[in-house]
Formats: sequence, C-alpha cells, structure tokens
Amino acid sequence: MTTETKEISKKEAFLTYLLRLADDRLILGQRMSEWCGHGPQLEEDLAMANMALDLIGHATALYEYAAEIEDKGHDEDYFAYFRDDRDFVNLQLCELPKGDFGFTIARQFLFSAFSYFQYERLKDAKDEQFSGMISKHLKEIKYHLRHSREWVLRLGDGTEESNKRTQESFDELWMYLGELFHMDEVDELMIKEGLGVDSTKFKEDWKKLVEDTLIEATLTVPDWDQFMMSGSRKGIHTEHLGHMLAQMQFLRRSHPDAEWK
Amino acid sequence: MSTLQLHTEEQIWDFLREVTDPEIPVLNIVEMGIARKVEIGEDGKVLVKITPTYSGCPAMNAIEKLVNEKLEERGVEEFTVKLDFAETWTTDWMTEEAKGKLKDYGIAPPEKSKEDDDFLKNLSSTKVVPCPFCDSFETELVSQFGSTACKSQYFCNACDQPFEHFKCI
Repeated sequence: MTTETKEISKKEAFLTYLLRLADDRLILGQRMSEWCGHGPQLEEDLAMANMALDLIGHATALYEYAAEIEDKGHDEDYFAYFRDDRDFVNLQLCELPKGDFGFTIARQFLFSAFSYFQYERLKDAKDEQFSGMISKHLKEIKYHLRHSREWVLRLGDGTEESNKRTQESFDELWMYLGELFHMDEVDELMIKEGLGVDSTKFKEDWKKLVEDTLIEATLTVPDWDQFMMSGSRKGIHTEHLGHMLAQMQFLRRSHPDAEWK
Repeated sequence: MSTLQLHTEEQIWDFLREVTDPEIPVLNIVEMGIARKVEIGEDGKVLVKITPTYSGCPAMNAIEKLVNEKLEERGVEEFTVKLDFAETWTTDWMTEEAKGKLKDYGIAPPEKSKEDDDFLKNLSSTKVVPCPFCDSFETELVSQFGSTACKSQYFCNACDQPFEHFKCI
C-alpha cells in the first residue's frame, strides 16, 4: 500500500500521530464554535458551544503532549496558531464549512462515530499519559455521538425539507469518508509500538452504525464506491482550510507575545 | 538556603478544602475529587496534583490559579501544582456529602457511573433523573448539554421547574 516508505523514528511517528488527532479536533472545534450565537434554538446553541469546547480541550491536551514529545520548547499555541495550512494534518472532513444545521449534524455524527470506535481501541495504548487522555475524551465523545445521532434521526425522519437537506448533506460529505481509513507508515509504526490503532479493523462496525442510523432516519445510504478524496494526512487540504486559519490565527499572529492575564 | 516552614499533608488538604469550584461555589475541590494527591518531599517541598473534570472546562485554569493563590496565602513556601491526566476523573470521586450539597443547590447530582459496555445498544435510552426540588421522577431531558460542560438540562413536569443535572461520567 505504501509506495514510498520513509524511515521514521518512533518519536517522529508519535508526534505526527498526536498532531493528526489534535488537528482533527481543533479544526472541527473551531467550525463548531462558529455556531455560537447562531444556533437554531438556545439549547442547541449551548450544545454546539459545549462540543466545540470539548473538542478544543481535547486538542489542547494532545498538543501539550505533542510539545513534550517533540521537545523543542513549543507549546499548544504554537501548534494551533503558528503553522500554515500545509502543516495541518487534519481530515478534510473536519475543515469543511459548517453549512446549515443539517450539514453540521451529519458531519458531527460521522466524525463522532469514527472517534468513538477509534478511541475505544486507543484507550489501551501503551503510554499512561496518552491513554489517560484518551479515556477521558472518550467519555465526552459518547455524549457527542448520542447527541448528533438523535438529531440525524429527528432531521431525517422530520419534515420534507429537513429530510431533503440532511440527505444532501450526507451526499456531499460522503467523498470525504474514504480518508478515515487510510493507513500509512506513521499508523503502521504506531500500531507496532502499541500506541496506535488500525482503523480498517473497525471500519465495518462504523459502517454498520452509520448505515443503521441513516436507514432509521429514512435517509438513503450514499454509494460507498464513489470517488473519495485523499491527502490530508500529508497536508493536502480543500480551499476552505486556509480561509479558516486566516481568521483563527490572525489575532495571535499580530500579537505573538500577548498573554492572558 | 532558608529553612522552609513545614506543613503536614493534612494541613495542605485543609487549605485545598478552602478552594471552591468557581462554577459551583458550594463545592470545594477536594470533595469534587479534583485535588488528587498531596506529596511532601524530604526537603519540605509540596507537590499538589489536580485533574480536570471535563477537558474543555474553562474553570480548570481558574482552579489551578486559585490553588496557587491559596497555598501562597497560607504561607506554603515551595510548592508545585501539577495537572495530571493519567487518572480519568469520574463523578464517582465526588463524595456523598458533595452530592447532597449539589442537590440542595438545585442541581440533580450524578448517580453512580457504570461501565457502559452496551453503549451502542443503549444509544437511544435516556436516564430518568429525579427532580432536585420535589424528588419527582416525572422529568424529561431537554438537552444533553447545559450552561457548563458538566451539566445537562432537564424539566420537571411535576413542579414545572427546569433544573440541571450533573452529568455522570
């Protein structure tokens, strides 16, 4: 599968692995936070702000640990604010604009379900600090999964309009799902060291949860065998990431030495 | 080197009991289970380990700061406050007394958390939480998420009161 196998050390691989997990959560958290003050109802506004906070909290812990592993004197802010789009290794799924509420919920459901299966396995990683973090985040991911799944059911099996929009959202998101199960030399080394998971091992479980939910929501499961996007783990992104980073990083970069007091 | 004024572990725990959660001021960080460990080295240096409740909890930075301020105020000269992630905080670490205080404060306390092996099977089920005001079970979940990361919102159909539930994790 890997055509060009580069020699990487365990340390480099672990750093990259932590950054991939952290970038997914920071970028999706930032997208979720865009709903703050714009939710369709007060409870959902709070729910989305809460989930954004959880995701950014997960990212912060992972970045802090990545900084420790990297050992170059960086901190979590460095990873979040001082890297460019090509340095980010988050899934393209996470960076897509928030769209309407149906789109946000559909994406959140697909990602939360993936995170759930991934973290259920990662929580046994052979590193106490890492596995401790993962176990903690897993508890919160379960709330995210319950929440988004309930909304998929409600919107899909709701009005003609909500069904239509949710179906369109899943159709649009589908080609970004292939990447969830791409494995490269970083994953392979991490699996070997007992620090990573093979996502292809839980692909069927994840697909089943997704398909069962869509069917229950009276939605049509899009074609799995369509063209799938790829490349984000190597820093290849959609045009949306750069715009988002410009907004997210601007303030920090204009005042690089500013501190919260 | 100046001699350090020595404190016992018990004294440090007492100081920590004076630090309350900024979001839930009726509880202190010891009964919340946030303060995990106090260690006093042979040189008299104090190490306090605290663990976050929810990862995104904005109160965590405030709590860390409050602990530092409290220990300084109480004349502890050399100490370190360390955030520890190795253990995963659970609402089970909250003392019974703390749960009673939560209820009196109008927040339905968390019940005992259990390993939910059947999580996927029970995705649609919601917990019945008794109303902290009238103890009725005629309540319904309004939202899994509330005013802070640790709470969800319920409504009591018996006494017509909205209330918050401390999520069980």
